[in-house]
Amino acid sequence: MNKVYDNKAWLLILPMLALVAFSAIIPLMTVVNYSVQDVFDANTRFFTGTEWFVQMLNDPTLQSALLRQFAFSLTVLCIQVPLGIGIALLMPKKGWQASAVLILVTLPLLIPWNVVGSIWQIFTRGDIGLMGWGLRELGYEYNITRSTVDAWGTIIIMDVWHWTPLIALLCYSGLRSIPEAYYQAARIDRASRWAVFRYIQLPKLTNVLVIGVLLRFMHSFMIYAEPFVLTGGGPGSSTTFLSQSLTTMAIGQQDLGPSAAFSLIYFLIILLVSWVFYTAIMNMQKDKEGGA
Amino acid sequence: MEWMVWTLPTTLFFSFIGAMLAGMTVWEVVQPTVERKGFLPISTTRGDRLFIGLLSAAYLHLLVVGFTPLSIWWALAGSALWLLVLIRWG
Repeated sequence: MNKVYDNKAWLLILPMLALVAFSAIIPLMTVVNYSVQDVFDANTRFFTGTEWFVQMLNDPTLQSALLRQFAFSLTVLCIQVPLGIGIALLMPKKGWQASAVLILVTLPLLIPWNVVGSIWQIFTRGDIGLMGWGLRELGYEYNITRSTVDAWGTIIIMDVWHWTPLIALLCYSGLRSIPEAYYQAARIDRASRWAVFRYIQLPKLTNVLVIGVLLRFMHSFMIYAEPFVLTGGGPGSSTTFLSQSLTTMAIGQQDLGPSAAFSLIYFLIILLVSWVFYTAIMNMQKDKEGGA
Repeated sequence: MEWMVWTLPTTLFFSFIGAMLAGMTVWEVVQPTVERKGFLPISTTRGDRLFIGLLSAAYLHLLVVGFTPLSIWWALAGSALWLLVLIRWG
């Protein structure tokens, strides 16, 4: 294969690069600057070196928030991906039903994070909320402000409700792009429903699933508003996720140095996971193309 | 630029990263990279290996600074060595 790459095309992304420099790179550099100093005000600051990093890495509160964050992200991914694929498979393919179902499925995605939190906050209240009241009437002592299990369960259900549609939509578009000929061939071979899914639909969904899982991982790893509104991080600190710990530190206590150090660690984790994931999937595809 | 509260170490750090990127660009123009497979489990280009090197350097620094009594300079030396090995044989 003798493809000639014209690298001049890269010059065309210069405007975008300038924009990203202002929106992301320069702020990130500022954060790095903050992370090695103790800043009191515009004129008073001390160089602290690696002190904040040592402190942050050994902080038990942050360590447990990190573990909690991973547990949360993995749980929602494990639920949302299979569920999203399932919903996409069940969605009608044409006619007015297709449009109607699409709109219905998309609705939760249109609701702002804060509003989702508020909706569920009211929904789960024991006195007026449908779910809270219903569960109580059924004899279950449901209370998200007191029970860790209830709080966790509710946040996970809330996230599943809010974000499974994204996976479903992506998969739906992926499924629509499979040519009819594949299904005809499968019918001729009398392939089972499972075989069609396993050998036609799932491989064709890989691309959209990569994007879906990446987006969902990053989103869920940075989740803030919904649990903050719903439980405020409680009971105790059982639903205090990373971003909330960070906000408490940076805004609540104005500890710019430590929170900058913490932000960088946070950023590195997301960068690593996303990169590993992206590389793994891209290589899987390359192998497939090479083998075919 | 005073609002960015620069310090000498961070200035040096970013200058060095910038110089590295500029250097990689020049290197690429002079002698375009070829994707190949070294000791890493995936085939990589030069830029991939630089990225892997820098990312692992960041983690090495965090490990050394956070969980060992060693000086950060050991982490820096280790990272530089690792980066060279990676670019050459990775």
